[in-house]
Amino acid sequence: MTAFWTLAPVMVVAALGLLFARKAVHAALCLAVVMISLAVQYAALGAPFLFAVQIIVYTGAIMMLFLFVLMLVGVDTSDSLKETIAGQRLAATVVGLLFGVVAVLAIGQTVTGAVTGLGQANENGNPFGLAELLFGPYVLAFELTSALLITAALGAMVLAHRERLGARASQATLAERRMREYAETGRHPGNPPTPGVYARDNAVDLPARLPDGTSAPDSVSQVLRDRGQVRPAPGAKDPVDPADTTDTGPREVEE
Amino acid sequence: MLDLVWLLVAIPLVSGLGLLVWGKEADAWGHLVATVASAASFVLGVVAFIELAGRDADDRSVTHVLFTWIEAGPFHVDMAYHYDPLAALFVLLITGVGTLIHVYSIGYMAHDERRRRFFCFLNIFVAAMLTLVLAADYLVIFLGWEGVGLASYLLIGFWQHKPSAAAAAKKAFVVNRVGDLGMALAIMLMFAQLGTTDIASVNASIGSASTSVATAMGLLLLLGACGKSAQVPLQSWLLDAMEGPTPVSALIHAATMVTAGVYLVVRSNGIFDASEAARTAVVVVGLVTLLVGAWIGCAKDDIKKALAGSTMSQIGYMMLAAGLGPAGYAFAIFHLITHGFFKANMFLGAGSVMHAMDDDVDMRHYGALRTSLPITFATFALGYLAIIGFPGFSGFFSKDKIIEAAFGYNVWVGLGTLLGAGVTAFYMTRLMMMTFFGEKRWRDEVHPHESPLVMTIPLMVLGAASLLGGALLAGDWIVDWLEPVVGHTEHHELAIPALAMSAIIVAVVAVGATLAYLTYGRRPVADVAPLDSQVRWPVRAGRHEMYGNEINEALVVRPVQHTTRTLVFLDGRGIDGFVTGLADRLGEASQALRKPQNGLVRSYALGIFAGATLVLVALLAVTLA
Amino acid sequence: MTEYLSLSLILFTIGAVGVLVRRNAIVVFMCIELMLNATNLALVAFAHQHGNLDGQIAAFFVMVVAAAEVVVGLAIIVSIYRTRRSASVDDADLLKG
Repeated sequence: MTAFWTLAPVMVVAALGLLFARKAVHAALCLAVVMISLAVQYAALGAPFLFAVQIIVYTGAIMMLFLFVLMLVGVDTSDSLKETIAGQRLAATVVGLLFGVVAVLAIGQTVTGAVTGLGQANENGNPFGLAELLFGPYVLAFELTSALLITAALGAMVLAHRERLGARASQATLAERRMREYAETGRHPGNPPTPGVYARDNAVDLPARLPDGTSAPDSVSQVLRDRGQVRPAPGAKDPVDPADTTDTGPREVEE
Repeated sequence: MLDLVWLLVAIPLVSGLGLLVWGKEADAWGHLVATVASAASFVLGVVAFIELAGRDADDRSVTHVLFTWIEAGPFHVDMAYHYDPLAALFVLLITGVGTLIHVYSIGYMAHDERRRRFFCFLNIFVAAMLTLVLAADYLVIFLGWEGVGLASYLLIGFWQHKPSAAAAAKKAFVVNRVGDLGMALAIMLMFAQLGTTDIASVNASIGSASTSVATAMGLLLLLGACGKSAQVPLQSWLLDAMEGPTPVSALIHAATMVTAGVYLVVRSNGIFDASEAARTAVVVVGLVTLLVGAWIGCAKDDIKKALAGSTMSQIGYMMLAAGLGPAGYAFAIFHLITHGFFKANMFLGAGSVMHAMDDDVDMRHYGALRTSLPITFATFALGYLAIIGFPGFSGFFSKDKIIEAAFGYNVWVGLGTLLGAGVTAFYMTRLMMMTFFGEKRWRDEVHPHESPLVMTIPLMVLGAASLLGGALLAGDWIVDWLEPVVGHTEHHELAIPALAMSAIIVAVVAVGATLAYLTYGRRPVADVAPLDSQVRWPVRAGRHEMYGNEINEALVVRPVQHTTRTLVFLDGRGIDGFVTGLADRLGEASQALRKPQNGLVRSYALGIFAGATLVLVALLAVTLA
Repeated sequence: MTEYLSLSLILFTIGAVGVLVRRNAIVVFMCIELMLNATNLALVAFAHQHGNLDGQIAAFFVMVVAAAEVVVGLAIIVSIYRTRRSASVDDADLLKG
């Protein structure tokens, strides 16, 4: 029981972190803590096979998948914790507390009698016992889950696939488009200037300095400009005007 | 021969319907066929009349069943004709005047591109009118009654490109429907009370029914007669009906169809004999119409409308005479026939004048036409003398007899008819003066010319008939002739000798004519009518046809419109309001239910979670309980 | 035994409340995973209680199905994000009355 009492508070706290973490990445880390703790609980409950599976499938595969998607969608995006649906949070809290109290008080007390333990069931080793069941009475369900997995994989591919609507732009057309843009809007067809490299700040978030001493905002990556993470070039006559950067959404400015 | 009387109807009917469907190639000769068909009917009518006259007085009635029309349980209607002295006279009048007007129309409608159709309608009219007078059953009368109504509608609206003509036709049709309702109800009442609609059976068995039934039947028939004969209160359509071609006005709206009401009353003499009240109603209607029509005739400047007012008035005389009972039936028919002659004559004469004046109907644009239109003038003058009752002319005899009979009935009714005679003389003299005498007032571009012979010959024939029609009374011939139909005539002894009565009437007529001569013959007539505001109220009332349209509007049209609007309102706001209101409330409830359906997944999830909690609590409660 | 069930129920409740209050679709998904894991814990605990492996088999199947579900669910989130530039579950609210 030591494992349980050691891990149970950790799990509850980590789970609560899932509720209160502002950033999705932190939530994912909290979830990972819960899952690994669960794996330990499985081991303590005489389920070494599930212990392994939990580590491999959940913390290994599923959590990685979550993190990948978080990267795709934008790792820095964080929920504003302001509730938009009136009364939703209060209602959720009330209902959640009611449910939790009733469930713990009522269902949690239903199990009576002595613990049998898995000593006998795991006589030949836990994986052996599971295999006997899986390929015995549960073989049909097992085969069906394999079909489900394949279907899910195909479905995910179809959902994530993006149809190419037009022909891929060739280098010639790209060059032509650049020249036309230059003719129409005066945008320079060549490469933008590279960000400045200075003795003190060898960084991409500093704009290059032009011969007259002013800084070239174009030289900094569009992403950094969008995030407002451009630092003023030391010694520049005109630090980059913050109004020059277009804010595209509620993004957190990091130091 | 009398077995072939049905041919009288069949010939014009076949001719009319045949020409209607024949096609364009009949345009060239269709009018001749129609005229010949009408003339053939006339010849047949004459032959049949001679044969009937050759029989004994008691034997002068033939009923011939052609086929059974309706056979439904106790209800039995034969398609039969009943040829008796009354029908014989009508057949002669209808086919005779009808044929003359067919001939006249050949000239009058010569330049109308739809001439064939016009003649088809005329033939159909003749057939329907003959059906009406020859019918042996009220239901068959009704068939003819509706037939002439249809023909009248078609012919009034013949120039349908004129909105006024189309409206007049519709008005005539609608007003006639009111009368037809009375007629239909009368027939239903007959069947319900007497079990038959056969004319002879009804007249024979009405005595066994109660007086109130006879009164109701008589009043309903009178309503029908009022509609068809343009009697007050259903008079308003006749003046508008003058929108039709003039031969139509002469044939249908002067000589024949409008007298069908008088025929109906006389034909139903059994019913009216059985009810004093119904007869009184007929007399009142006749007297009122007589005076109203004469009044209108005095005020109208449109020659056809003046004549139409006169027609109303003269039919009022007939109606009044018919209401006098056996004492007046024969005189009603007598006046009907003489009026058929002289009014058809004058309408055709008016048509001839209009023909000469480029279809102008305003008498104020006429004047001094007697030299330009000598034949028309001469024949018109014969009609004029006949209608005012100049001694020796047909109208003198027929009207005298009615006035005498009216005095025998009631002094006040007699005085009313006497006044009517004076006013008749006034407005007819006015019409003559404004049309044929005085100074010429027509415009320069109008060149009056006498009509062709095909139009003037019918005028001459009718003029002669107007002059000589009184001969029918010679030796009380017509009274004896009609006795088998209308019963024995009692002779009223007047307080004063008949000769003195005639002298008084002639004197009154002379006063009326002289007044008109002094007003319109001696003084120049303005060629533009004075405005309504410049004339006194009697003239104004006459011009507006005694406000008949306004009265109909106020008494019938507006209340019905208001009722309809109220019903529409109740329907819309009450019944529909309830239904749509229910739907609206449901819609609003749905709108309210829409709110929770906000598309936010988390709200739905909250619902699910709350539901699960509820189930959990319920389970717990059940377990603990 | 009671303590395992209680822990499982507490985790389940926390996961459910998380679904209700978080708006980031990915975090909502994580909360769902938390709920699934909580049930798995209960299943394994029952297996331990009753001394047979059927509970563990059930937990195993739950894991497999959860894996499939996560794959499809995340693909849906990605495609929604592509078209709407948002991963908030409140933004996908077109299906409403």
